[in-house]
Amino acid sequence: MAADTLSRIFSALADPTRRDMVARLAEADATVNQLAEPYRMTLQAVYKHLRVLEYAGLVSRPRGPQPRSVHLETEVFDLMDKWIERYRRQAEERYRRLDAVLAAMSDNDEKDGSAP
Amino acid sequence: MSSIAETIIEADPKLPIIRTTRDFRATPEQLFRAHTDPALFAQWIGPHSLDTRIEHWDARTGGSWRFISARDGVEFGFHGCFHEVRPDRIVQTFTFEGDRDGVALETLWFEDVGDGRTRLHAQSLVDSFEGRDAWLSSGMETGVNEGYAKLDGMLADGAI
Repeated sequence: MAADTLSRIFSALADPTRRDMVARLAEADATVNQLAEPYRMTLQAVYKHLRVLEYAGLVSRPRGPQPRSVHLETEVFDLMDKWIERYRRQAEERYRRLDAVLAAMSDNDEKDGSAP
Repeated sequence: MSSIAETIIEADPKLPIIRTTRDFRATPEQLFRAHTDPALFAQWIGPHSLDTRIEHWDARTGGSWRFISARDGVEFGFHGCFHEVRPDRIVQTFTFEGDRDGVALETLWFEDVGDGRTRLHAQSLVDSFEGRDAWLSSGMETGVNEGYAKLDGMLADGAI
């Protein structure tokens, strides 16, 4: 489940227009018209991008008759952070093993008299 | 003795790149050797260093490598090419043989930061965001739990 969520997030963010939308929504909520303004594309195309972002859970858009603001869901970025943190911990464990190997190398180098 | 800061990981939002930095209490030459001497490399690459078997290793520009990690009788193969090997820099490819079409380009460099310390910079360029996703998620089952067990063992016998 979590892996699928992350896949959707990464593929949603693989597109430069959608990344730009996310960057702008990080500053403030915006209506679809406001979001569409800087792009040379139809409103329909903008909605298409928004649907991909919504599907990934990156943004939400309250339903209703009036123009409502698109909102960035920051909790989704927390999920990404968790995955990256897991990966980081693994790397850290690997490098602690490397610390031990390097410490043993230093001891050997001193015995050999080849240390600087 | 001051402590060493933990590993820093950065996933680039615009490119499928993972950047890692970590300081070591070692010289650049020692860090280079720990990455190019197969006997030393097998000791730490893990997560099951005891079960890491180097099949082929030619750490020279234009050389190649292959190792196998075995766990409970199940073997995982990894291979790649050494594109560039210099005392301060290693560029190599990396493929997990369970996904032979996937290949990452890894660039490692060793920066002397003084005070007997060297900073390892590692950059992995994966061929797609999906590839990076798979990579970030793949280590979960194999890595985390065994990694802690391994670490506990090393702490217990005073290796760290």
